[in-house]
Amino acid sequence: MTILVIAEHDNNELKPVTLNTLSAAQAIGGDIHLLVAGSGCQSVADAAAQIPAVAQVLVADNDAYEHQLAENVSKLVQGLAASYSHILGSSTTTAKNLLPRVAALLDVNQISDVMAIESADTFKRPIYAGNAIATVQSADAIKVMTVRGTAFDPVEGAGGSAEVVSLSEVCDAGSSRFINEEIAVSERPELTAASIVVSGGRGMGNGENFELLNKVADKLGAAVGASRAAVDAGFVPNDMQVGQTGKMVAPDLYIAVGISGAIQHLAGMKDSKIIVAINKDEDAPIFQVADYGLVADLFEAVPELEGKL
Amino acid sequence: MKVLVAVKRVIDYNVKVRVKADNSDVDLANVKMALNPFCEIAIEEAVRLKEAGVADEVVVVSIGSKSCEEQMRTALALGADRGVRVDTGDGLDSLSVAKLLAKVVEKEAPGLVILGKQAIDSDNNQTGQMLAALLDRPQGTFASKVAVEGDKVQVTREIDGGLQTVELLMPAIVTTDLRLNEPRYASLPNIMKAKRKPLDLLTPDELGVAVSSNLTLLSVEPPAERQAGIKVSSVDELVEKLRNEAKVI
Repeated sequence: MTILVIAEHDNNELKPVTLNTLSAAQAIGGDIHLLVAGSGCQSVADAAAQIPAVAQVLVADNDAYEHQLAENVSKLVQGLAASYSHILGSSTTTAKNLLPRVAALLDVNQISDVMAIESADTFKRPIYAGNAIATVQSADAIKVMTVRGTAFDPVEGAGGSAEVVSLSEVCDAGSSRFINEEIAVSERPELTAASIVVSGGRGMGNGENFELLNKVADKLGAAVGASRAAVDAGFVPNDMQVGQTGKMVAPDLYIAVGISGAIQHLAGMKDSKIIVAINKDEDAPIFQVADYGLVADLFEAVPELEGKL
Repeated sequence: MKVLVAVKRVIDYNVKVRVKADNSDVDLANVKMALNPFCEIAIEEAVRLKEAGVADEVVVVSIGSKSCEEQMRTALALGADRGVRVDTGDGLDSLSVAKLLAKVVEKEAPGLVILGKQAIDSDNNQTGQMLAALLDRPQGTFASKVAVEGDKVQVTREIDGGLQTVELLMPAIVTTDLRLNEPRYASLPNIMKAKRKPLDLLTPDELGVAVSSNLTLLSVEPPAERQAGIKVSSVDELVEKLRNEAKVI
């Protein structure tokens, strides 16, 4: 049994979530190969080869894969699939775009957001925004799935020396073209990788007030997130959204400020180790999941908190 | 240009789901059902394309039992011109749905197919991508902007960390994200008019698709409950607890 894991990367850097996905692959058992499909992505391949859990790194380095367009990469993966029992990707927008396409080309189903491996063919995954957990069994010859990073501890990233194999095959469907990308730049850690997350909700009132959270975050080395209500109200950009339709986070400490705690938000953060809620409404549902709740006006409590850290 | 929109009947997003006592599935008996919110956005986008003169016909398709005609009528009231239902049981897997949709697309030959990025029941986020693969056409998933120009469509996609814009040769498949548009409400006259709009019926047999699944749902459980902790009375107490009790700062 050999498992193919799709590396999450931006042609320069291997994204840490790949290590979580590799951990899920280890739980299934068998040899693990890691596919790096990109352009000018040698540094990613080098980093991938250092991971002790990886037996072989497959590198497809070509212009056609530069932006990992699903039309092209799906055909590349389809061509490799016959050697594998499982094909895994992370629950990121890149893999969610790609893997259902791969599955359909292979005439198999895809299993999304796997959060626990029961056996090589049986998996647990959340449904209904995490309000129910389904256990599903797949009889497909190749199991194609995306894995929720927060549910698996990362594997070791250094100390290995995997064999690196270059793939020369070029799959260019020619039907899609990358135009541009606007990526928010931040000095703070990435939301899904941060060990502390400070999030604001509608209670923040406006976008400028998020500066209060930024100050706390800077003292703690934390990432800043937001609820969907805050994003929909236009306070902050959508890539800050934590929740069912945004990012899934599970840091050691999650501080929810002015967030009521809608089901859709809880789905994205309730696996955090410690949850702190600061809200002036003492009946807010967020207090039902918080380890420490502070009923207070955030505009007084947050600056005070910053001062005492 | 014709636009085809695929929609799904799901539990209303305001309803809190409960798991059945025997853990076989969630309990959908006597629960309010609705059009999947992402599908509503898909319909709205198609209707706006028609209003802008880009599209000339909007066809709504759903795969399922007769009960999903209720949601198809909602889509017709929102502005779709006619409906096609493929008569199957409910709860088909994504691959089967994509195979049936692919056959409907081949019959209808639309320039654009718009779907919601995911249904809020199974949370799969697969059907659009699978449909695109089966048709060997390009896909613009998680769209927050759709702009048709000639035989191409530019789709701005919500990706981790920001936005990405791609250009696709039509026919193309688009799946909607939340911020693509704000769906309108159906007016009473339009709800009345929708009752008379044509709604055709197809069967998997007629489409030449054998519906089966290699996925088995073994059980459904409620998620682990998180216990509420304590209320602290001051910022000082909070900082003290985080430092000395939880040891996270």
